[in-house]
Formats: sequence, C-alpha cells, structure tokens
Amino acid sequence: MIPISWYLLLSATLFCLGVVGFLIKRNLITVFMSIELMLNGVNLSFVAFAHQWHLVKGQIFVFFVMVVAAAEAAVGLAIIIAVFRARSTLAVDRIDLMKL
Amino acid sequence: MNGPLLFLPLIPLLPFAGFLVNGILGRRLPKALVTFVGLTAPFASFASVAHDAWLAWSGGLNLPVIEPDAPAWISAGAFHVDFGSVLDPLSLVMLLIVTGVGFLIHIYSVGYMNDDPGYARYFSYLNLFLFFMTVLVQAGNVLMMFVGWEGVGLASYLLIGFWFQKTSAASAGMKAFVVNRIGDFGFLIGIFLLLSQFGTLTFTDIAAQLDANPALQGGIITAISICLLVGATGKSAQLPLYVWLPDAMEGPTPVSALIHAATMVTAGVYMIARTHFLFGRSPFALTMVAIVGTATALFAATIALVQTDIKRVLAYSTISQLGYMFLGCGVAAYSAAIFHLMTHAFFKALLFLAAGSVIHGLGGEQDMRRMGGLKRYMPVTYWTMTVAVFAIAGFPPLAAFFSKDAILSAAFMAGTSGKVFWFVGLVTAMLTSFYMFRLWYLTFQGERRMTHEEHGAAMHARADTKLVLEAEHEPHESPWSMLGPLVILAVLSIVGGWIGAGRFGAYLAPSVGTGSAESANSTLEWTLTGLAVAVAALGWWIADRMYRVRPEAPDRVAASMSGLYKLLSHKYWVDELYQTVIVKPLLAMSRFFLEWVVDVAILGGAAWLLGGIASLGGAILQRWQSGNLRSYAAWLAAAAAVLLIIMLLPELLGANGIDIKWAGH
Repeated sequence: MIPISWYLLLSATLFCLGVVGFLIKRNLITVFMSIELMLNGVNLSFVAFAHQWHLVKGQIFVFFVMVVAAAEAAVGLAIIIAVFRARSTLAVDRIDLMKL
Repeated sequence: MNGPLLFLPLIPLLPFAGFLVNGILGRRLPKALVTFVGLTAPFASFASVAHDAWLAWSGGLNLPVIEPDAPAWISAGAFHVDFGSVLDPLSLVMLLIVTGVGFLIHIYSVGYMNDDPGYARYFSYLNLFLFFMTVLVQAGNVLMMFVGWEGVGLASYLLIGFWFQKTSAASAGMKAFVVNRIGDFGFLIGIFLLLSQFGTLTFTDIAAQLDANPALQGGIITAISICLLVGATGKSAQLPLYVWLPDAMEGPTPVSALIHAATMVTAGVYMIARTHFLFGRSPFALTMVAIVGTATALFAATIALVQTDIKRVLAYSTISQLGYMFLGCGVAAYSAAIFHLMTHAFFKALLFLAAGSVIHGLGGEQDMRRMGGLKRYMPVTYWTMTVAVFAIAGFPPLAAFFSKDAILSAAFMAGTSGKVFWFVGLVTAMLTSFYMFRLWYLTFQGERRMTHEEHGAAMHARADTKLVLEAEHEPHESPWSMLGPLVILAVLSIVGGWIGAGRFGAYLAPSVGTGSAESANSTLEWTLTGLAVAVAALGWWIADRMYRVRPEAPDRVAASMSGLYKLLSHKYWVDELYQTVIVKPLLAMSRFFLEWVVDVAILGGAAWLLGGIASLGGAILQRWQSGNLRSYAAWLAAAAAVLLIIMLLPELLGANGIDIKWAGH
C-alpha cells in the first residue's frame, strides 16, 4: 500500500506548482488554469485522508470543491472573454485599470 | 412634620414662582398683573416669615427648628446632603430683614421702574434674587448655602446689567461676577476642606463634632476659616475684592438698595456668623477678619469723602459699613455685627431709595455738584433722607448709634489690638459723619445749582436708561409708591436700634454664642458712647463749615492738598492697579493661550496631525495599489505562507513534535 505521505507530497507539489504558475504566468487563461491546479492539489489530499481514515466526509468535500470549481470556471471564463473583447489582450500586466 | 405649620419651603419657593410667572409670561401679561405677581410673591414670603417670627415670639415655637428628615439631595456613600433648612434666631432675623426690606423695595420699584420697557423682566429678576437669598439664609448646610450664594451672585449680575444696552452696565455686571468668582473659589475650597475634615456639611453636625473635640484648634480650622473669609470678602465687598461694588451702581437704584446695600452684600457677614464655631477655634482667622474689616472701613470711608456721584458715595459708605460688621465679627461680637447688619439694612436701603427718589426727580442726574436746594422740591425725600443721614452718622437715638456703638465697644474690650481697631473705627465714624453730611448739604441744602435747561439736557442725556419722565422742567417729588417705603424705612431707621445691643445679643445667643465674655463697666461704656457721638458731631461740624458756611472752602482744601485729593478721587488707583497687574496680563495670557496654544497648537495641530497621518498612510499604501494582479496574488500568497508558519511554528518547535502520522500505520 502506498503510504499517505506520498499522496500528500504529490498534493503539495501540485499546489505549489499552481501557486508558482499563478504568480509567474502572464496569460490570463494560464493563471486561471493554475487556480484549477491548486484546487485539484487540495482535492487530492482530501481524498488521500478520506481513504486513510476511512471517512467519507473528505470525499464529500471533494465533490463540493469540484462543483464550486465548475461554477467558478463558467463565471471566470465568461469574465475572461469579456476582458478580451474590451481590451484585446489577455496579458495580466496590462489589465491594470485599478491602479491609482 | 410635627408642631406648628412653618411654611419653611414656601419662603423661597413663592418668589421663585413669581420669577417663573413673570419671567416666562411677563411680556404678554398686562402690567397690572405683572405688578400683582411681583408684589404678592415677596409679600407672601414675608408673611410666612412674620408668621414664624410671631410663633417664635409668642412661645408657640421652640427655636431652633431643624428639619430632621428633609428630602435628600445628594447621597453617595457616607456623603449625604439634604434640602434641610434651619430656623434659629439668626436666620429668623435675617429672613425678616431680607423679605421685609425686600418687599418694601419691590413696592418702591413699582414707582421707580414704571416707565421701563423691561418692567416684567425686572420683577422676575428681583423675585429670583429673593428666592436665592432666602435659600442662602435658610440653608441648613454649607452646600445649600453655596447654592444660594451663587444664585444671588447670578441675580446681582442680571440686575447690574439690567440696562444691558449700556456698555458700562454690561461690563459692570461682568466685573461683579468675575470678582465674586474669585471669592467663591475660596469658599469652595473651604467647603472641600470642611468635607474632608468633618465628613459632613451640615452646620449642626460640624458644630457638634467641634464640641466633641475641644482640642481641635488652629491648623486645618484656620485654613477653612481663611477660605471662608476669602469667600466673604468677595460677596461682602471687602478689601481686596471690593472693586465690584462701586461699579454695581450701574444697576437700577432699587437694586443698589436691596442687593448692593441691604441684603446680598451682608451675606458674607451672615456666613461668618453662621460658621462662628469655626472662627471661634481659630484666633488667627478671627484677627484676620477684624483686620480686613477695619482696613476696609477706613479705606472706603476715605474714598467716599471726595466722590461726586451720589450713588458712589453711598456705595463706598456701604463698603465701609460692611467693614464695621466684619470688625464686629472679628472681635467675636457676632450679635453686634448682625445688629449693625439689621440697622444698616434699614438706613442704607433708605439712603439708596431716597437717592433714587432724587435721581428720579431730577430725571437721571446723579452728580451732587449739580443738585442742591432740593429741600423745597422734595420734602418727603428730604426728611426721610435726613433721618437716614443722622442714623448712619450715629446720632442717638437713631439706629446706627446703638449698633455701631456695640461694635466699637466690643472692639475696645478685645485686648490691645482691639484698641487699635476701636481707634480706626472711631476715625471712620468721623469720616462717615462728614461724607454723609456733605452729601446732605450738597443735595438738599443751599441754592439750586441746576438750571432748567440743564435739567432738560440731563433728561435727554440719560434717555438710554429709559428714565425719562414726563416733560416737566421742575424737580418734582416722587409718587407715593416710592415715598411709602421711604417713610416706613425712616421709621425703622429711627426705632430699629431701640431694642438695644444687649437684648438683641441675648436673643441671638443660641445661634452665635455670647461673644466676648468681658463687658465694660458703665463709666467706660458711657465714655466710649460719648466719644462716638462726639466724633459724629465733629464730622457734622466740619461738613457744615465746608459746605454751608463757606461753600468755596472745599475747592481751596482740595487745592491745598492736591496730591491727597487726587489719590482719593482716583480711589487710590486701585482699579488701575488691578487693571495693569491682574486684568491686562491675564487677558494677554488668555489671548495668547486661546490664539496660539488652543487655536494654533491644539486645534490646528490636531487637524494637521490627522491630515498628515491620512496622507502619509495614503502615500505608503498607494504603493500596494499597483494594479498588477500578480503582485496582489504574491502578497496574498506571502500572507498565507506567514499565517501557515505562525500556525505551525509552535507545533514544529514543541516537545511533542508533529502530530500527523506521516507513516500510514
């Protein structure tokens, strides 16, 4: 049986990749995908713990996260399309109207 | 309450009701109704006092009456103050004077203020004064007394500044109020000291505690007494706080008679007599009282010698006579002081009212150099004034002869220093006689010095005071509403002293003690009395020589002693001295404080500081607001990392190590 620490290490790795991708990528869609990656990294640790302790609650949480992520993807992609239509670019550095 | 009905709460509350009615509705009520309310309230109050006095005199009432279960006012822990009033011979005499003379002056005011547009306001203030004065007199504890004390100060301020359109009247009111505050401050400190020493403010409790501790003497008691004395010098216009009283003459003349001669200014004397058990334990404070009184008596009398404004002469005379009362208190002859207070209330109110009648008859003229020969035009005023002048000069058998004599002989009996006080008092008596007869000669005797045109001019010049009368060019006698009180007060000034200092003292003994035990033998007594009458006659003789026989003499004397004359006519430059030494530096300091410290430093500084913090914070926080999505995310991630570290750090460092089982078994 694969020890839980392996799952957790993989989960942390995915999460950190997500964070790094979020911080360094310029394309809005890539940034968006990095967020999905972080969410799935967390999902993985939920599932691993649920398996470890034989509790179903962790898996229920995963479903919640997936539902929220799907809704967020729908809204987020709609916003991205709106941004692209308005500014003809998806580079986050140039979407800076809120700057003082 | 058991026993006979005393109506004690009604005595102050009736004038207060009068104040409310006239003060709130007075402008809309018809004048007759205003008069009715304004006169009924003090009369009912006087009737209640007279009723109580009759009960006490006929034996239906045992004095003193102290309400045992008065409603509580302040009750905090061990500190308890109630609304209790005290009725003993002292307060009964004082109440009779206050409400009796007060009622007479109310009647007089009906005539005097007849044409004034502020008629209702005037009566409401006068009733307010009576309310506070009776509260002061009836008070069973120091705090109630202080309430009345402050209240009469307020009423005095309102009435001095009654003609507030006149700048001089308004500033005189302010001066009176501010100078009184200095004295009140001393009084207040005295109250705090009393509270810390005795834990109670009720007069009877303090007296009882003092009786229980015969060893308690000097020290704190002296401090308390001196503080109370400072309060008394403010209210009773003694050195060095007397400066407000001459200026207070800006008010209507009946006010000068009631508040600034007969009643309010005697509150200081009353207060010292009321707290005599404290002064009795502090010979030093008592000596201070005597020194202040004697010095004031002489000082004010010398100023009165050369004043030309008829009301100012009377004002300085009042200060001087109050000095006599302080002298009486200072040699522990409290009953003599209160006796003089009573007779003084009669003859000084009479003097002021007669002077008011003269001023009224001349259409507002107050300068004695322009009067003269009024005997023919105002016979009733003349004769009543004559009674008052002889009374204050101390001729037998008029009132002040008995009371002044009682004070002077008590001073003579009071040791070596008492001899000095007695001598100064005697000199003052001579001066008093001189300046009063000077006033008498200048005003009523001799030739008329005011021409018809001048009379008319004076009327117009004083038009702002609303004292203009019917267009009549002869000096005229006043209406009977004014002359009636004059006659009654003249009778009182004659018979007021006949009760005699001895009997009066015996009557007051339960309140103020018997005073100096030593009494003069009859030969000495008669010698002193003879001397007092002799100096009074001497004063009259000098005034007669100077102002009747040789009318040019005063100018010659003034010219030959021009330095002294200047000193006196400028009132020793005390006002100027206070102006430069106290008022100007204080004003400059206040202005500096207001403009630079408060306005610029505190208010401006606070505004600058708040604005500076906001814009500085904005300038710093602006850096975060880069508009760069990734930098926001980086801050978010960094904060999350910091939170995580903070959460986990104790776990990592803890002795238990990490709880999570990394291995799957």
